[in-house]
Parts: sequence; C-alpha cells; structure tokens
Amino acid sequence: MLTKELKVKPIENGTVIDHIPAGMAFKVISIIASGRDIDRPMSIVMNVESKRLGKKDIVKMEDLVLKKREVDKIGLIAPEACINIIENASVAKKREVDLPKRVVGIVKCSNPNCVSNQNEPVDSEFVLASKTPIRLRCIYCERDVTNITENLI
Amino acid sequence: MEFENRDIISIHDFSTKEILHVLDVARDMVPAAQGKEEKNILGSKVMSSLFFEPSTRTRLSFEAAMKRLGGKTVGFSDAKSTSTKKGETLADTIRMAEAYSDCIVIRHFNEGAGRLAAKFSSKPVLNAGDGAGQHPTQTLLDLFTIREEKGAIKGNRVILAGDLKYGRTVHSLAYALAMFGVDMAFISPRGLEMPREFVSLVKEMGVDLYEGRDLAEAVAEGDVLYATRIQKERFPDPQEYKKMASSYRIDNEMLSGGKKGLIVMHPLPRVNEIAAEVDDTPHAVYFRQAFNGVPVRMALLALVLGARR
Repeated sequence: MLTKELKVKPIENGTVIDHIPAGMAFKVISIIASGRDIDRPMSIVMNVESKRLGKKDIVKMEDLVLKKREVDKIGLIAPEACINIIENASVAKKREVDLPKRVVGIVKCSNPNCVSNQNEPVDSEFVLASKTPIRLRCIYCERDVTNITENLI
Repeated sequence: MEFENRDIISIHDFSTKEILHVLDVARDMVPAAQGKEEKNILGSKVMSSLFFEPSTRTRLSFEAAMKRLGGKTVGFSDAKSTSTKKGETLADTIRMAEAYSDCIVIRHFNEGAGRLAAKFSSKPVLNAGDGAGQHPTQTLLDLFTIREEKGAIKGNRVILAGDLKYGRTVHSLAYALAMFGVDMAFISPRGLEMPREFVSLVKEMGVDLYEGRDLAEAVAEGDVLYATRIQKERFPDPQEYKKMASSYRIDNEMLSGGKKGLIVMHPLPRVNEIAAEVDDTPHAVYFRQAFNGVPVRMALLALVLGARR
C-alpha cells in the first residue's frame, strides 16, 4: 500500500499551498500560471483527507515563490489555504493567507454597468463586507461581487 | 459634525445624527426656497450641473437651490452635447468641472459614477443619481417630507408599494428608514419584490417588516404610503399589466380604508399609480415632496460649501 508521503515527492525548494478546499486546486493553478511561464515541476494532489476541511487539495511548486498579488487572489478563493515556503527540504516559513480589508485591482465588479467596468482610469476596488462567506462590496456601485472566482482579473 | 467640502454620494455614508442635522438646516431654508426671504449666502459660488441623463425634478431643484442661495450654475442637461460623445472619460470631465466651479452635481447612467467623480475632484461632489444605484438627495428629501408631515420619522409605519425591484429610490429609503427604526411593509406584484439582500439587511437592522401583495389590505395599517411607478415594460403580457395596475392604483376608495392621517408620497413622475382625485385630499403630499427637493438641496449645498455649519 502506498503511504501518503509517497503520493507526491517532497520538494527541495519552492512553495507548497496546503489546505486548499477540495476541487479548487485548478483555480489556484490558473492564478499562478497566468502571467508567467511554468517551467519547473509542479504537482497537484486532490481530494486527500483533511481534519480541518474533510477533504483538501495541495499544490506543490518547485523553485517558485508567490507574488503578493497571487497570494491575495488565492486568499479570496481559498481563504483556508496555508502557504509553506520550502528551503532545503524543510519549511522555512509558514503562513495562512490573509484577507485584505481592501481588494484593489485583482477582482472585476460583477455589475457590467458599474463605472469601474467602463473605460475610466481607475482600478476596481472592494471592501471586505464579510469574511465567511467572503463578500466583497464594490466601493463604486456598492454591490457585492456575485462570483469572485469568475471575476478574478 | 463636519460637512464642509464633504461629498454627498450615498445614504450609507450618513449617520442618523448627520441626517437629522441636514433636515434641520433644510427646515431653515424653506422660506428662502419659497422665495419669501433672501438668502444670498453662496453669492460668489458656482455649481457645475453635469446631467449625463435626463432629469426634470432633480436638475431643476438643484439649480433652483443654488440660485435661491445667490449662487450660479454652469453645466449641461444632455450628454450628447459634451466631450463624452467624443470619448472623453468621466474622470477628465470631472477634472475640468472641478477647475471651473466650487462644487459638482452629477447625474450619470453608470452605477458608482458619483464615487468616481469624488475621487477625481477636490471640490465637493453631490450625487444626483447614478444608474440604478444611489440617489441620496432623494432619500433625504423623502425623510424630510415624512418628518415635516408627520412630526417625526420614527413611530410611523411606512408602506413601500409598487416596483420595489427596480425602483432605486425605495432601496435607499428602506435602508434609511431602517436606520431610524421605522417599521415597514413591502407591497409589490410578483416578480417586482424588494431584492432579497435589502430584505435581509432591513431585518438585520431590527425593524418589523411585512411583505405582501395586497395593497388595499396593507393601507389600513400604514401612516405613510410611498408609491412607485410600475413600468409597463416589466410585464411581457399586457393583460397581466392591466390587472396588476388596477390593483396597485391608489384612489379615494382605497384610501378610505386607511387612517385619517395617512400620507401618500411618490417620487414622481406618476403615470396611473395615483388617481387625480387624490390630489385634492389631505392624503396627497407628493407635490410638497417634490418642492422639498429645493430646501433639502439648499441645505446640502450650503453645508458642503461651508456657508452653514
């Protein structure tokens, strides 16, 4: 029988995103892959048992450190996620993703008639109206984003 | 309480104390709004009136308010004759208006335009309605009307009737009334109910709320009946519209089932929602309500321009 450890080889240096809600790993990957070339090994583990979440996904990326903007985006779709920075095969830093009070320029307002979706020289901007479930309220039209995952920029 | 140089964008930006202060100042403005006394307190000031969308009452009452206070207005009432037509951003139009005037009044077809304008102007911006979004000066004049007619805001049961889904005035008004702890009834035809998020919000704010469809029945319990226009286009079946329109039409027979002191309000324009026969009864306050736009907007202009504290 394969042990849990053997499912995916540990990485020497890079980032492990743990405690991603089951089924959300591909969304996390799409955030990381957009705007950069992924040329180092990356592994995805899906639907493994988790005490906290019941089931969870894990993403492991060799030689890759996330940018703040990527961490903020992941926080919006997987607020339970935990980011481990791996150096020399051990966890050098571990941090929960945190939800910023203001979300600027990473989510589009879901109201097509909102002024932030017109050709104006402003970034989209939201305040965190609720943490669980996550609700973002547009500072312009004051509406809540209906689907954050679909509206990531 | 500091109002000088403040933007008036959304009713959500106000506390109840601030609202009551605006209404107090508005009451002081009534004689000047009626032309019974002179109040040239904004003599050197210029207001930009940027109406990207047509408006009768809001535009006229803002311009009248500024002029009653001795100020001047520049602006347009139709976006077709502006640089927007040439592709200018709203941000640039605002920068220009900021340079030409002391405050900016804006009506725009995009939700959030007022907030965006405020971002690009160091001079105060007053939102005169942004798309289906906020229209704070309408909410304030509605509250002013209730207080002037009934003596207080709290203690009344307010019926909001008609199109509660698309009618933007009722969304802000319901929120503002809930801030004051006013009990409400939402009466609307099927499909035009108050959006669920507003219902939850109002309930969370702790007010007693009744939702139903029968206006004639609800009238008996109300102190204020706030009617809104139901647009024909909302009903694909003309027969269905006709049936609905007759059951939501307010006439003397319907009002005979209500309290003696019941007041009927309407943001206007009305089409068939209120029978002309109601105009001559003590219930009808909608024309006074429309007038109240002037003293309320005078109060706001005087406050944000620092002529009143």
